[in-house]
Amino acid sequence: MSEMIDQKRRDFVSVAGKTAAATVIAPGVFLHSVANASPRAEAVTDKVRYGMLIDSSKCADGCSDCVSACDKENGLDQLIKPEGASDDLWAQQKPRWIRAVKVKDNLTGHVSSLPMMCQHCEKPPCVDVCPTGASFRRDDGIVMVDRHTCIGCRYCMMACPYKARSFIHETVQFKQTATPRGKGCVESCNFCVHRLDNGGTTTACQDACKQGAIIFGDLKDPKSALVKALSKYPSVQLRADLKLNTGVRYSGI
Amino acid sequence: MIVFGLLFSLTATASDAAQAAKAVEGSAKADKLDACVAPTPFMRRNHFELIKHQRDVTVHEGIRKTDNSLAGCIDCHAAKDAHGEHVAVDADDQFCASCHAYTGVSFDCFSCHATKPTKTGN
Repeated sequence: MSEMIDQKRRDFVSVAGKTAAATVIAPGVFLHSVANASPRAEAVTDKVRYGMLIDSSKCADGCSDCVSACDKENGLDQLIKPEGASDDLWAQQKPRWIRAVKVKDNLTGHVSSLPMMCQHCEKPPCVDVCPTGASFRRDDGIVMVDRHTCIGCRYCMMACPYKARSFIHETVQFKQTATPRGKGCVESCNFCVHRLDNGGTTTACQDACKQGAIIFGDLKDPKSALVKALSKYPSVQLRADLKLNTGVRYSGI
Repeated sequence: MIVFGLLFSLTATASDAAQAAKAVEGSAKADKLDACVAPTPFMRRNHFELIKHQRDVTVHEGIRKTDNSLAGCIDCHAAKDAHGEHVAVDADDQFCASCHAYTGVSFDCFSCHATKPTKTGN
């Protein structure tokens, strides 16, 4: 008898488990269909805060998949070295939204490789210092430059502790519809905002990472893969001492 | 829009013979439509107000579902050459440049924005 009951329990648990699995899949499918539906029609709100978790322990030394995917997505690979500029100068000044950097712990000698981009701070120093209001934080947490009002003073580049911003020094020959760009303006990572506003849910760097080191999502959604990963693994904000509350977090450093 | 088109075709034909790889007459999407997103007389006088308002809404609020995006203007008004390739809207004699040259108004959209439709995004 007890065996029968156990069997029934098992069947029930099994069915319940499958139902649960189905409901988990269903919202995912639903989200996907919404995602592909249409461009954003309503203004962004602070109910969402976009963020990222980067597991630097998965970052292979020398890998630059995320950097090249970002360059391609945002047209940075189409920028040409200015005439007369040396290779060294171009290497220093070439606009980059992601930099592959190495961080060394001087006490232990442990070296981490990680992608460094705009950390999308809650209290961004670049926004504080901008004299024209061009540098701003969108309600959904994305820190951006409104190039219509940017005067190219580069104060934000000085203020950013993460060296995340680039300046366009020369006239841009090849322009993409999704990523307008012109001489005399500052720019930086915007979490592929053209994708998000058109129903996308991923960034180019995340899609390109074969190691799955980058998780992008909504920091305010407890069901998002990002929040689940953040609660599961220990993570840090870079330069947490500055109390900027960055949207990009790192684990494995 | 048709009258608008005629104005351009008159100015365009004058220099067409001299230059190669020119746009084919009537090859832009807009050439096949009766009107723009608003009546033509309104668009002639106020298109910049629509675009300027939209740019702030799009950049700051992320709203891309609109009739008034610059990308939409370019998508519709960019003509094609004989090979089916898009011609830049700010090239001589093309939609944006020809009218702005005629009225003597300079504009700075295309130091940053794409002058032809490109594959990705809006």
